[in-house]
Amino acid sequence: MSEDIQTGLAEILEEVAGVAPADATPEKSFTEDLDVDSLSMVEIATAVEDKFGVAIPDDELGNIKTVGDAISFIQKNQG
Amino acid sequence: MSTSVGDVVVTGLGATTPLGGDVASTWDALLAGRSGVSRITDDWIKEFPAQLVARLVADPATGLDRVRARRLDRSQQVAVVAAEEAWRSSGAADAGVAPERVAVVFGTGIGGALTLLGQDDVLEEKGPKRVSPFTIPMLMPNGPAAAVGLAVGAKGGVHAPVSACASGAEAIRWGLDLLRFDRADVVLVGGAEACVHPLPMAGFAAMRAMSTRNDEPERASRPFDKARDGFVLGEGAAALVLERADAARARGATIHARLAGAGGTADGYDLVAPHPEGEGAGRAIAAAIRDAGLTPADIGHVNAHATSTPVGDTAEAAAIRNTIGDHVLVTATKSQTGHLLGAAGALESVFTILALREQVVPATANLDDPDDDPAVQALDIVRREARRTQFSAAVNDSFGFGGHNIALVFTTA
Repeated sequence: MSEDIQTGLAEILEEVAGVAPADATPEKSFTEDLDVDSLSMVEIATAVEDKFGVAIPDDELGNIKTVGDAISFIQKNQG
Repeated sequence: MSTSVGDVVVTGLGATTPLGGDVASTWDALLAGRSGVSRITDDWIKEFPAQLVARLVADPATGLDRVRARRLDRSQQVAVVAAEEAWRSSGAADAGVAPERVAVVFGTGIGGALTLLGQDDVLEEKGPKRVSPFTIPMLMPNGPAAAVGLAVGAKGGVHAPVSACASGAEAIRWGLDLLRFDRADVVLVGGAEACVHPLPMAGFAAMRAMSTRNDEPERASRPFDKARDGFVLGEGAAALVLERADAARARGATIHARLAGAGGTADGYDLVAPHPEGEGAGRAIAAAIRDAGLTPADIGHVNAHATSTPVGDTAEAAAIRNTIGDHVLVTATKSQTGHLLGAAGALESVFTILALREQVVPATANLDDPDDDPAVQALDIVRREARRTQFSAAVNDSFGFGGHNIALVFTTA
């Protein structure tokens, strides 16, 4: 389950921010490690909603610092 | 020609146009008489009176990193492609110029229209939450300038003149001033436009400004010809690197030409119609020649703005004739490139510089039967084939809706 989410998230990160899939591992920080800026995070949130059916409210988006945070959020709120 | 410490020279050129993906291929196609104009075949065009366009030869996105390209409007993409060519060819990056002394002046006529209109579709179809967070930085009219500034790491100021079809020429004039006022050591200047979309096409067509010679795309843009009926919308960008002559020589840069002078005026006449005798245009040309320390007799060539509209071309012919005289060799390169709006003045400055460097004036395509207007009849407009000649100074003039007039004088290096 979480592997599927990680794979799906990696696809989004590659499309939106040019992150190599191998780099999209749970411990990575979006801003510090993957060079994903705040506007790209907004695009990622939209893509996550399309792919996983999970909306990330703006006040939650700020708490998602790592790929792992995003995976947990999606897992927790999915179907 | 004598030089002084304040002299400004051109050390880099870049372009991506309906004739080629870079300066060399564009220039070769121009001299070969090739046309960049074609007929749009998409379904949406069917009800449009004017169906012609001068599309880019090379997709600007293919030359850019994929992620970078998707965050740039097409007008920004073409700006970056042209600017990077100019910057590379100037060698300025390798000369150790401090980023704080590098400035950018890049204009556009319309700005990020494709993004604005595309995101409006998203808004209508999917709602506000689906609008891209990059919408604003992609549609803002300083977007091309800002993207170019980032591409070359310019920290000495990034500026974006907006004066419709004079924007590219105005950028060059601002660049000259920045160097004269010692506000920068190197200035990357130019113009960009990419707005081929139903709405701008419909708007220009509603003004009756566009050619409707749909069955003969390559013959539609015909400046100064009796049968001209409007311009053909083009897309693309062009860029120049400017620096002071002493610094350029000290670092051994290739000097393509001097930017000897510039002049700018406003018609104060009408929002879109040009003054019929080109009064403001003539004053801009005269001011540029004075600024260059030259006289009208020194000018050997004019790359005219001449967009192929019935009123614009004759007004400009009058301005050229009254201000410079009948001796000058005139050409109208929009006959092959179409009208690149905010990029036109920059592209035609590149052509003017190459004409000076190679001592050849490109022909005006499709000028089969010059207009009966007395000024058009009196001028020596080069047609049928390029003309080899000797000259040391040339003018490029540009005019924009709003009554903006810019003239630039280039001289041999």
